[in-house]
Amino acid sequence: MSTVAQTEQNHHEHHAAKGFKRWLYTTNHKDIGSLYLIFSLTMFLIGGAMAMVIRAELFQPGLQLVDPHFFNQMTTVHGLIMVFGAVMPAFTGLANWMVPMMIGAPDMALPRMNNWSFWILPFAFAILLLSLFMEGGGPAFGWTFYAPLSTTYSNDNTALFVFAVHIMGISSIMGAINVIVTIVNLRAPGMTWMKLPLFVWTWLITAFLLIAVMPVLAGAVTMVLTDKYFGTSFFDAAGGGDPVMFQHIFWFFGHPEVYIMILPAFGIISTIIPTFSRKKLFGYASMVYATSSIALLSFIVWAHHMFTTGMPLAGELFFMYATMLISVPTGVKVFNWVATMWRGSISFEVPMLFAIAFIVLFTLGGFSGLMLAITPADFQYHDTYFVVAHFHYVLVTGAIFSIMAAAYYWLPKWTGHMYNEALAKWHFWLSLISVNVLFFPMHFVGLAGMPRRIPDYALQFADFNALISIGGFAFGLSQLLFVAVVYKCIKGGEQAPSKVWDGAEGLEWDIPSPAPYHTFSTPPEVK
Amino acid sequence: MSHSGLLKKLLLIVVGMFAFAFALVPLYDVFCDVTGLNGKPSLDVAAKSEKVEASRTVDVSFTTHSQRNAPFEVKSRQYSVNVQPGEMAEVKFSAKNLSAQSRVMQAVPSVSPGKAAKYLHKMACFCFDQQSFSANQEVEFTLVFYVDTELPEEIKELTLSYTVFDISEATANNTVLAKQKAG
Amino acid sequence: MNKYLSMVSVFLLTTPLVTYGNSAFNMREGVTDISQNVYQLHMTIFLICCAIGVVVFAVMFWAMIHHRKSKGVKPAQFHESTKVEILWTAIPFLILVAMAVPATKTLIAMEDVSKADLTIKITGSQWKWHYEYMGHDVDFYSVLSTPKSQIDDLEEKSENYLLEVDKPLVIPTDRKVRFLMTSDDVIHSWWVPDFAVKKDANPGFINEAWTRVNEEGVYRGQCAELCGKDHGFMPVVVEARSPEAFEQWLSAAKQDKLDAAAASAALLDQTLSKDELMKTGEKVYMAYCAACHQPTGMGLPGVFPALKGSPIVLGDVKDHIDIILHGKPGTAMQAFAKQLSIKEIAGVVTFKRNSWGNDLDQIVQPSEVQARIDANKEAGK
Repeated sequence: MSTVAQTEQNHHEHHAAKGFKRWLYTTNHKDIGSLYLIFSLTMFLIGGAMAMVIRAELFQPGLQLVDPHFFNQMTTVHGLIMVFGAVMPAFTGLANWMVPMMIGAPDMALPRMNNWSFWILPFAFAILLLSLFMEGGGPAFGWTFYAPLSTTYSNDNTALFVFAVHIMGISSIMGAINVIVTIVNLRAPGMTWMKLPLFVWTWLITAFLLIAVMPVLAGAVTMVLTDKYFGTSFFDAAGGGDPVMFQHIFWFFGHPEVYIMILPAFGIISTIIPTFSRKKLFGYASMVYATSSIALLSFIVWAHHMFTTGMPLAGELFFMYATMLISVPTGVKVFNWVATMWRGSISFEVPMLFAIAFIVLFTLGGFSGLMLAITPADFQYHDTYFVVAHFHYVLVTGAIFSIMAAAYYWLPKWTGHMYNEALAKWHFWLSLISVNVLFFPMHFVGLAGMPRRIPDYALQFADFNALISIGGFAFGLSQLLFVAVVYKCIKGGEQAPSKVWDGAEGLEWDIPSPAPYHTFSTPPEVK
Repeated sequence: MSHSGLLKKLLLIVVGMFAFAFALVPLYDVFCDVTGLNGKPSLDVAAKSEKVEASRTVDVSFTTHSQRNAPFEVKSRQYSVNVQPGEMAEVKFSAKNLSAQSRVMQAVPSVSPGKAAKYLHKMACFCFDQQSFSANQEVEFTLVFYVDTELPEEIKELTLSYTVFDISEATANNTVLAKQKAG
Repeated sequence: MNKYLSMVSVFLLTTPLVTYGNSAFNMREGVTDISQNVYQLHMTIFLICCAIGVVVFAVMFWAMIHHRKSKGVKPAQFHESTKVEILWTAIPFLILVAMAVPATKTLIAMEDVSKADLTIKITGSQWKWHYEYMGHDVDFYSVLSTPKSQIDDLEEKSENYLLEVDKPLVIPTDRKVRFLMTSDDVIHSWWVPDFAVKKDANPGFINEAWTRVNEEGVYRGQCAELCGKDHGFMPVVVEARSPEAFEQWLSAAKQDKLDAAAASAALLDQTLSKDELMKTGEKVYMAYCAACHQPTGMGLPGVFPALKGSPIVLGDVKDHIDIILHGKPGTAMQAFAKQLSIKEIAGVVTFKRNSWGNDLDQIVQPSEVQARIDANKEAGK
């Protein structure tokens, strides 16, 4: 099997262009996967630098470093970059690398579109980032860009924001279409639906969410654009519109978007936990059903982001109950992971450490999510640091930790080298401690009444904010270790075997490490 | 299924969902009418009230707000009226253009609690149309309305609020556009 | 054994929090029946979550300690059990139902639309609140009163830093007070944690909320919805007084309004000194103008124009007064005619014309401002 792949590789490799052109023109899923991952890491560092600005300003009460207008630009662009620039491209990168290898396909189904969907991304983010340097600055209305703050009351650079979001949306949609066509059409013989690795399953469902809701986001930004520049009044009461409608449309996109950023993470954790427990995943079928029901439920809970906008009682009750219901399939997943570990033969390699941290900390984020679903209590939590704590637990210790876990899990397969175990462990432990110093006290300041998105705060929040900032700086610095680990691993290290982890299962481990440029040109037979 | 067949279907979903975002606009209005979501009452002239329910009364209060920089002063002559459901009521509003130019005003009604919105029927309202004012003109408007007998029992008071907008520029642009189109 | 352990740990983990109802750690219990209900609800759900967490993580950590490869454990082979899977779908569902019951009750109580004793209309604008006592002809703006020097760390911060205003909202205790929220520009959100009231103020629409305060006192909150540059600087302060004290306050407020009108009329015949006008002007500028135009008069390029060297400030004084009175449509410049007295406007115009290198050496008297107001009314007739 592997010898076939290698001769194939030699045959094709000398056709590949060299240097920059290789990357610009590439249609190879592994190249594009690497591009996505490197891009995502770059954005993670840029967005992280903005978080450092935010935390530095909030280190003590009073205004020291930036003015409030710039502060708002930092919170806005930090959010946009982390969501659309770091988390989503990282998952797309992982899908590009792993989906074909996991289902025994030679490449993605639509390789040229694949190239295009990556290469428009840097332009989108260049536009967004450069708008920060224009007169008047970049977007300052929060990543949720509520009208009319983003329409009548924003500056003229809003057009750049709209354009950037459009490009990001097109990129994600093309990426999602590619994933769907690949999974539906290119599975190796014998790879039936219920044999699909869970990462592939969760990505398939995510891809459907993406093509369903990214166009709605595109619609929302288009309406912002026409309201601001072309005299329509979708969100302006003077012309018969309603600013609250913006929030309905936005969150109709926004809530499924939340699951777009967490379902692939479920897939990764469901791959890593069995490997290092040396035991099959508990409840494979119920995992698939749970993922699907979370995806479906995500379409009917959007208004739980909007309880304070004024809603009839019946609406509040409906969205409260529907939201609470999501914790059932999510709970099933957590229970299944714990049951997988139960009576396994567990070892604690770095991917497993991140996966275990994910289970604990994501569940914490889930609990605060359940609390937020309770409408009467949400009136107190809404738009406070409690919400900030909640979504950073699910996105940083959830999504980002799963991406770190995946990176450590597959790096040896990608590079052919083992990563530096000691450095990686330092990275894990420093991240784990600092991330909790960073986000855990946010629950307290939020409950005590600190609103989010403020550049300065009352004195009773001062001690916790100083602590949070220290945690933030520590977490930010710890990520430089990750960059070092990845760099060292690409450059060299102990030779990795084809089956890197003794408990791992799946087609990707039949391929030599590093994975040759072309794999599965002849489809494998799946029993 | 072939790649292109599947691709076409998926693109169809994408286009459909983009259209759906815009379809949400009218859907939202329908949804609001049914549930009273945003407290926006109907802007159509209501039919006459059929019967009066003398067993209870409701307080209807009025408030107006001139949106940022709209140079109008609109005030109801009474703060509130006490009516029986079904009973016709008239309230006078005085409206003044505070600027030295002719201006166009649009009043946008909103009812609280929101679920009372569909039970407030207006037969005459200055909010039905755009109102043109000459410089410093003062006008008196009459609001004719009744509260539906179907109004839920627990609602004892409701507020009708008007937000007054200056839409002179928007209408000026539209006229120019209309002229350009005609030309 | 495990069960007792987890019960003990629930107790240890949560007891400190339960006893700190009004601490810097936890949600405030507040001073209304509703806020106390919400607090109880919050604690109940929090404790349930803790209990579930302890059980699940106890099992997981047990496995991590005892089922390790380094201990030579051979992995078991089971990987599904319909019975168990149904069980852990059904049990969380039942727990949720148990949570939903008190939540629904509290929510229904919050949405009570029975008649209120007093209605107050709250209008948010960038970045201040306006309160109107409906049917009582009393209304005023409520603006942050923390001096800029404290925000810029030039002076020590006072106890209620950023949570203090020039004029607090005054309401009676033991009365149902209804709030109608709307906005003059972008979406704001009026929030007082001690009442468990948080409601968005949407431009063009009204929203309502209500409270019945049990204890006299001063309660502080903030705008909770991002509303632009100075979102962090628009606090809410509510003073709850006994119904009698409130009535007294209300009649005094009505009298004050009449007195202010009389004082304004008296000003028309007076000539104020440059010093006095500059002093008034600086105070007004810092409270109302500096947020956008900046204390330096330099504005924020591309967002808010500079006043230093501005053609309006250096141009015809009539245009200058007019833009302050009526604002500039389609921009963030508000109309201040209703917010500021003629003396304050005269002061701020004088101040702007004689600051930051603008040296017109020109003073503007309140009577000139009144003349503009009258002229605008007359014009066109």
